[in-house]
Amino acid sequence: MKATCWMGPDSVSVKDVPDPSVLNGRDAVVRITSTAICGSDLHLVDGYVPGMQKGDILGHEFMGEVVEVGAGVDRSKIRVGDRVVVPFPIACGACAACRARLYSCCENSNPNAGLAEKVFGHPTAGIYGYSHLTGGFAGGQAEYARVPFADVNPLVVESDLDDEQLLFLSDVLPTGYMAAEMCDITDGDVVAVWGAGAVGQFAMDSARMLGAAKVIAIDKEPYRLDMAASQGYETIDFETVDVRSALLDMTGGRGPDKCVDAVGLEATHGSPHVDFYDRAKQAVRAESDRPHALRQAITSCRSGGVVSVVGVYGGLVDKFPVGAWMNRSLTLRAGQCHVHRYMKPLLERIERGEIDPTRVITHRMPLAEAPKGYELFKNKRENCEKIVLSAR
Amino acid sequence: MKTLRRDPLVRGLGLASAALGIPQVAKPADVARGIGVAAGPRQRTATVAVGVRELTAAAGLLARPHPVWLWGRVGGDVVDLALLTRTLRRHDGRGLGRTALATAAVAALTAVDVYTAVTRTGRGSETTLTATTTVSNPPEEAYAYWRRLEGLPTFMAHLEEVRRTGATTSHWRASAPFGRTVEWDAEVTEDVPGSVLAWRSLDGADIDNRGEVRFSPAPGGSGTEVHVTLRYALPAGALGRAVARYFGEEPSQQLDDDLRRFKQAVETGEVVRSEGAPAGKRARGEFPQHPARPLTSKELRKLTKLKETLS
Repeated sequence: MKATCWMGPDSVSVKDVPDPSVLNGRDAVVRITSTAICGSDLHLVDGYVPGMQKGDILGHEFMGEVVEVGAGVDRSKIRVGDRVVVPFPIACGACAACRARLYSCCENSNPNAGLAEKVFGHPTAGIYGYSHLTGGFAGGQAEYARVPFADVNPLVVESDLDDEQLLFLSDVLPTGYMAAEMCDITDGDVVAVWGAGAVGQFAMDSARMLGAAKVIAIDKEPYRLDMAASQGYETIDFETVDVRSALLDMTGGRGPDKCVDAVGLEATHGSPHVDFYDRAKQAVRAESDRPHALRQAITSCRSGGVVSVVGVYGGLVDKFPVGAWMNRSLTLRAGQCHVHRYMKPLLERIERGEIDPTRVITHRMPLAEAPKGYELFKNKRENCEKIVLSAR
Repeated sequence: MKTLRRDPLVRGLGLASAALGIPQVAKPADVARGIGVAAGPRQRTATVAVGVRELTAAAGLLARPHPVWLWGRVGGDVVDLALLTRTLRRHDGRGLGRTALATAAVAALTAVDVYTAVTRTGRGSETTLTATTTVSNPPEEAYAYWRRLEGLPTFMAHLEEVRRTGATTSHWRASAPFGRTVEWDAEVTEDVPGSVLAWRSLDGADIDNRGEVRFSPAPGGSGTEVHVTLRYALPAGALGRAVARYFGEEPSQQLDDDLRRFKQAVETGEVVRSEGAPAGKRARGEFPQHPARPLTSKELRKLTKLKETLS
């Protein structure tokens, strides 16, 4: 089959690789119809995530049709021929974390958990196509993928919605939703969202859906801010104005009640010398992540507010504003999305027309053109917001 | 556990020390001439000194055996080799063949001494490993999974086979560092269903070892805490441990990984595999791993063979 492979930092190519087969008794093999490139894939391509190996198949947002199930799969849950959307974290469904519905913290699904533990203190779930730290699972930017614990993970879809309306249930839509949910939004809240990529856009939609009175998008790409503005959200271009002053201005001096970091470890800063400081520290491995968005969110949030982090961080940061966090009674909440929790309720919202996931799609291309897609997405060319790859 | 007192190699070296030391002290001139060295006063004094050292080592090894005497012998060998080399370099040619022969003999004895010292050091000093995990199954289930000893190799990286040989006895085979295999017979010493299982190796084991697993209900009825303790006498003790660690065999980490796989197996019914770690229990030894892409049919056949040998 054809698959998008990581061949080294800044090097992605579509290769011929063997077709997957059942490796564990509870696996299914899915013929992929649609798959997407995620902003977090760029962290891998840019070389910021350790544990990548040449030839690793990328991709953790995919859906398709079940073509094979292992002998141990509960066939009352999933059968050959089912149309499925696959959540990006692999959950076993049986451990304490899964029972507590903390699926992205599954204690069993990462065969390299011992390594992850070294970095994170405790292991986290396996993730498709996301380095050997998260298990070394082949990704879904391919024609087929093996899906472990098939009777726990995929969402079987019976509705006749098309792929584009369903695909983002695998990651970006639930991730954006969870970002807003963690904010404990009450009526009248002002919610500021750092990062107007797909996750940020869905966090904004979800914040409004959950009762926010005002939603503010912070980014530097005019087309992303335009996309937010078209939905009625206010915008801040951090390259032209000072974010904190702008936020104070827009909130009567209070600061936003709730803040979402939908940026993560490769943030840029409007002020060149601050940006350079963290890039230099990162280059010499004195910190692994550049936390500009997180620092700004913490210092901007009103006292007693919530800072909700869904942008991906991998290691350690410098100059974490611990004083602001502690003295102003902020609540910091975070997590890789526990996708399984949100798939069904969000599918219902899509069916009822409350959310239109397709609004973020700017590019559609065949799987074979994935390298071009990565190039457009990484360099934010052609107003690239979200790319859907067709594997049919 | 075999004591040094009854160790034939240790006793042999003690007797050899005595056999060398007595003539060196009693007839130093004859000994010196015997190995082709001039029997002047300096050579006689040196020979007596070496003899006294040998007798001390003999007394130590035979009366109060301890690895320190073995290491003392190694040190003495180094001194002897230095003396002989110096003699060889300044030799006047008379009896040169005998001096060379003596040097070769000391070199051979040095090899035996080093081997004995390395392998006997740490005998009797046990290594203790502990690890713990919590599984969501009730204690009876977790216990039952462990009690089926034949199943242990599916999640314990180093175990190759456990075979039942009687009601409470079994035969174990495991891989050891540097590609070696070790085997032992074991018997169950304590068996309280749902609570504790303990075993120990029987006489004649390649590595003396014992183990214990305790199962206790986790707080709030949220499953079972599993506490494992393994004790074993590593050949070469601390030195062997350091060498093994250098080559990436960190025992406590391996036990942690073993327990992680136990948890996978007992909670989900299988040890989790990925494209990067397709052999499951050997994940840590596989770095750099297989790339995260499906296996070729050839790789799959190899894996199937491996699975068959495990089950």
